[in-house]
Amino acid sequence: MKFNIIIGLGLICLSLIISCQSDDQLEFKRYYSSGSLIYQSKCQNCHGAKGEGLSALIPPLTDSAYLKTNKETLACAVKYGLKGKINISQKVFEGQMPANDLAPVAIAEVLTYITNSFGNKMGTITSEQVNKDLAKCK
Amino acid sequence: MRKLLPAIVVMLLWNACKFNDNKKTLPIYGNRQPVTKTINGQTVTDTIYQTIPKFKFVNQYGDSISNKMLDGNIYVADFFFTTCPSICPVMHRNMLKVYNTFKNTGNFKILSHTIDPKHDSIPVLKKYADKLGVTGNTWWFLQGKKEDIYQIAENSYLVAVKQDDGTAGGYVHQGYFVLIDKQKRIRGSYDGTDPKQVDQMIEDIKTLQAEPNEAIVK
Ligand code: HEC
Repeated sequence: MKFNIIIGLGLICLSLIISCQSDDQLEFKRYYSSGSLIYQSKCQNCHGAKGEGLSALIPPLTDSAYLKTNKETLACAVKYGLKGKINISQKVFEGQMPANDLAPVAIAEVLTYITNSFGNKMGTITSEQVNKDLAKCK
Repeated sequence: MRKLLPAIVVMLLWNACKFNDNKKTLPIYGNRQPVTKTINGQTVTDTIYQTIPKFKFVNQYGDSISNKMLDGNIYVADFFFTTCPSICPVMHRNMLKVYNTFKNTGNFKILSHTIDPKHDSIPVLKKYADKLGVTGNTWWFLQGKKEDIYQIAENSYLVAVKQDDGTAGGYVHQGYFVLIDKQKRIRGSYDGTDPKQVDQMIEDIKTLQAEPNEAIVK
């Protein structure tokens, strides 16, 4: 009897974990696929279909280390633009990215897309996270 | 082997025929005018095609570039500006492919005209070329009087450009790559933002290069 309860509890836990996980995965998939469309219409012209950038004019989005260390300021960069010297993939870029007037959820979607494409793997960047980051923009 | 021989001959012949089929010629665009003249007592009708007229601009090295310097060259012309946030990065990503394909062939040029000469000074154009990875004299970034650039765009290369403070970047323009032959006639116009059309242009440039030399129109 006791044994059955343990198994039952175990099963409940397991199903909870699985369903939670698939919820997360579902959320990720939604963010990612919407993000891919936003990327195509707002970013791809400059950063390229494979995130390859353009020579020394526009940086690639393949520098996972940069994206990780600057995770909290990416939302600001997308919303308000970015300029000045930056170091990407051991090259110095000094260009100017124009501001993109996207809603926080759209920023979250496109950031989820780029940080999980082109060899990056950072998981979901949620709109809650983006709202928090945007409040801290300089 | 002996059985194979006829088969090989047939295949070779077939290939030869196919090769001839592939020798296509490109159309000639723009206005044309028939002219009749009398040669040796006979009346013949000739067609005069629209050609790119005289121009004088300055390139990224500060050198003066005139239509004369393109005599005997096949070239591609486009219109852009260095701070363009929309189609120009795509156009020049695609143009780089054209540049890399033909930069060592000679008698081939790319002319990118800035439509924002006020901002795009010679040093700005030079910096842009450097960052794009363009060296030498195959790809020129040209600056000139705004009226001259706009006029040659619209009337000669048939590309629409205009200033419009309402759009991002401040200018609207079409992203065409216009292919000009050695006689300065328009032989093709391609959407420079579409990699497939740009690949087609690369093939068409090869076709043009294989065309026999006609008298060069000055
Ligand atoms: C007009 C061209 C242009 C567009 C459009 C554009 N960017 Fe950028 N982006 C740049 C340039 C130029 C830089 C480098 C800025 C600098 O040198 O400080 C940059 C930098 C970045 C960076 C940080 C550096 C890197 O390579 O990781 C990220 C992330 C980024 N862009 C993401 C985006 C996203 C997402 C979009 C679409 C919403 C977008 N960009 C649209 C030109 C552009």
